[in-house]
Amino acid sequence: MHTKLLLACATGMVLGFASLASATPTIQHWQAPSGAQVYFVENHNLPMLDVAVNFPAGSGFDTEEKAGLASLTHGLLELGAEGMSEDDIARKLADVGAQLGGGFDADRASVTLRTLSIKTERDEALTIMARVLQRPLFPESVLAREKIRLIANLKEAETKPDAIAAKAFSKAVFGAHPYGLPPSGEVVTVEKLQRVDLDEFYSSHYGAQNAVVALMGDVSRAEAEAIAQSLTSQLPPGGVSREIAQVVKQSSASKLLIPHPATQSHILIGAPGVARNDADYFPLYVGNYILGGGGFVSRLMQEVREKRGMAYSVYSYFIPMQQPGAFQIGLQTRKDQADEALQIVNATLRDFIEQGVSEKELTAAKQNIVNGFPLRIDSNKKIIDYLSMIGFYHLPLNYLDDFPTRVSKVSVAEIRAAFKRKIYPDVMATVIVGAPEEKSKTEKTEGALK
Amino acid sequence: MHKILLQQLLILSFLLSSSGQAEEMGKNVFEKILGNGLKVIVKEDHRAPVLVQQVWYRAGSMDESTGTTGIAHVLEHMMFKGTKSVPAGEFSKRIAAAGGRENAFTSYDYTAYFQQLHKDKLELAMKLESDRMQNLVLSDAEFAKEIQVVMEERRMRTDDEPHALLFEKLMAVSFQEHPYQHPIIGWMNDLKTLTATDARNWYQRWYAPNNAVLVVAGDVKAEEVFAMAQRYYGTIPSRALPKRKQFSEPPQLGIKRIAVKAPAELPLLVMAYHAPTLRDPQQDTIPYALEVLAGVLDGNQSARLNKVLVREQQIASSAGAGYDGAARGPSLFTLEATPSEGVSVAEMEAALREQIAVLIRDGVSVQELARVKAQVTASEVYKRDSVFYQAMQIGQMESIGMNYRDIPVMLEKLQAVTAQQVQDVAHEILKDDNLIVAVLDPQPLSGKSKRINEGATHAH
Repeated sequence: MHTKLLLACATGMVLGFASLASATPTIQHWQAPSGAQVYFVENHNLPMLDVAVNFPAGSGFDTEEKAGLASLTHGLLELGAEGMSEDDIARKLADVGAQLGGGFDADRASVTLRTLSIKTERDEALTIMARVLQRPLFPESVLAREKIRLIANLKEAETKPDAIAAKAFSKAVFGAHPYGLPPSGEVVTVEKLQRVDLDEFYSSHYGAQNAVVALMGDVSRAEAEAIAQSLTSQLPPGGVSREIAQVVKQSSASKLLIPHPATQSHILIGAPGVARNDADYFPLYVGNYILGGGGFVSRLMQEVREKRGMAYSVYSYFIPMQQPGAFQIGLQTRKDQADEALQIVNATLRDFIEQGVSEKELTAAKQNIVNGFPLRIDSNKKIIDYLSMIGFYHLPLNYLDDFPTRVSKVSVAEIRAAFKRKIYPDVMATVIVGAPEEKSKTEKTEGALK
Repeated sequence: MHKILLQQLLILSFLLSSSGQAEEMGKNVFEKILGNGLKVIVKEDHRAPVLVQQVWYRAGSMDESTGTTGIAHVLEHMMFKGTKSVPAGEFSKRIAAAGGRENAFTSYDYTAYFQQLHKDKLELAMKLESDRMQNLVLSDAEFAKEIQVVMEERRMRTDDEPHALLFEKLMAVSFQEHPYQHPIIGWMNDLKTLTATDARNWYQRWYAPNNAVLVVAGDVKAEEVFAMAQRYYGTIPSRALPKRKQFSEPPQLGIKRIAVKAPAELPLLVMAYHAPTLRDPQQDTIPYALEVLAGVLDGNQSARLNKVLVREQQIASSAGAGYDGAARGPSLFTLEATPSEGVSVAEMEAALREQIAVLIRDGVSVQELARVKAQVTASEVYKRDSVFYQAMQIGQMESIGMNYRDIPVMLEKLQAVTAQQVQDVAHEILKDDNLIVAVLDPQPLSGKSKRINEGATHAH
């Protein structure tokens, strides 16, 4: 289970600690001539360089008719670029030991590179990355093949209880908002996607003005400036707004029971949660550590696993996005005790919202978050991820230094007030996949917003 | 916590542990054996003010007996359930309050526990970890709850995961004598009948300082770590360990085939060949050649299986290969593929066989070989970005009966593998008498699908 919890933390936040301020990396920031925003930490401890280029080009920019377009565009970037076939790209990168990768969520699409910093290797890897970013070809033959593979995977996902639950959950929480779309699309939407769609999406969403370049590692400032410019100077004009439509909070509770032959029920409960720049973010983050984010010491873990042995994994987290991303509680439990487990989770959440947290719990949460700060920035990989996040969400450059103070200042009263403002236990969406078969159906229950 | 170590982790470790920068691994590594037999290894890395403590016990699921499979992993769970002086749940609370992250994992070969903390918190971690090395309280009540958690874990990870289920049954069929035939998490029926006494026996038998390796990596000074280790672990008496059984797997006399039916859309074909693991890092050659072979087939995006089967022929939706050369027991060299829509499993198998035939007939190119070695060299640098991973590598080596000093030897040997050796090893290992073919036969979800029959295998 901890795997999941750690992931939850990663999508959460970084935490600071005043006395360790000197340990936070010095972030250099500038705008490249191309218009891209650049964030750089110079560090020569290891002979390697990490680079990430981020764009507001996630699945939140998809439409219902063309769901999956953003993801497919992102996925095809490295499968053919001017003067290079997909095999050329893969082979040349492998020859210099470079790793080209990427990230994709509802807000953001990114291309990442890890390379040795020796000049010959580095130059070759960066040349390929620049081409992939700025001259992708989206070849027809590759598109046709990747659509077939994607459709096969989408069909496969439709058989997996966790994937079925995640898809139904997003729909239940976000309705028609693009955050509710399946990130990789649907079989019927992917089938219709054409090369011209990818070209258009790329041209409008991969512009330099909205690009955020992060660099971490063994290059000088001057080299970093040249690299950032070379990766963005030939990007398309872009120009589409990076804003995502406002998320509308649900006004009634919903419960969806989906049959599945699995031995366990997969349960998800949630609602739209909090935006990245919301003033309530810190109280919610610290509070959620106590509710279901803090590993074995969280309330959900205590109630469901430690006291009753009903699940291996039970957690809660916020996914802070440009717009409020999901607040989500999840667990898997043997089918015949799913109803009981659900009741315990709901009672725990309700009590948490009504009664808030104790001073003792808050102290323990702060101790973990603040004392654990150094672990959040102990590698180049972790630091570059924060550079990308800080740049993409326009967070202040002293974000890492400030975080501790902001965590330390959170009070019991603020947590209670923030949760009361954001989370309404009476209007949560609940999805159960693998519900006992005789019960499987859609239930709509009315709840009232308080 | 309590996660089963994935097969891939080991594969990764062996490959990543290999490079031209052989001297790096030996750098800043210090070793001391305490009077009670506990081996302490310190890897100094001062890049960030953090550390990791790992305690590795040389006891994994392969040391279990029929009827009590899963007990190594269950004990791992129970290690968080309190000692004479630290009540249940306290361990996690104290590590959490110190800002730490903790976890544990069980494999076929070993069981390991770790904490990641600020560099000032080593004493707390040592105090708690040394306490549960000797003072664990295994109450019937806690056991009764925790075994339910483990059964939920099994349902989640295996019973409801068709690929994991296929792998479990593949192992069960591949190994007829070697205990690798049993899943790490244990058979469900065994989990249902395990008792707290089984856990107590396991703890008594294996949890002793002379059966453990302590690895500390990070922003620490070796001498200080040794002194602290002496203070906390040094007082734990050593115990006579049971004589370890020697297992082997006799040659397979002909191809085996199994099918596993489970709710899924896509079939999966796995072709697994019995393969040896590294025993003598200086003299062995086959494991190194197999490692390179796996790299040629699936070590990067341009490797053969992806290039030919997925991209060019488009006969597979995905394809891969794997080999884990570092283990206490024998290994399998695996090829796997998901056929494209409209392609039968038989056609998929023929396509994989064609790749094997090409390998045996034509060998590998100089460029392919160089590419795999370049990956390995780069990975050795990238590896140093993770203190945790560096400690893992040391702990794994020590836990499987090898020495962390073997790592640079392995790197050199891997770089020295020739194209001829790769071709020879393909010829020697990838043959039908040595092969198990396992097929996931996807079943529709609708139509009142019933639970999958536990433990059933279909060997032909």
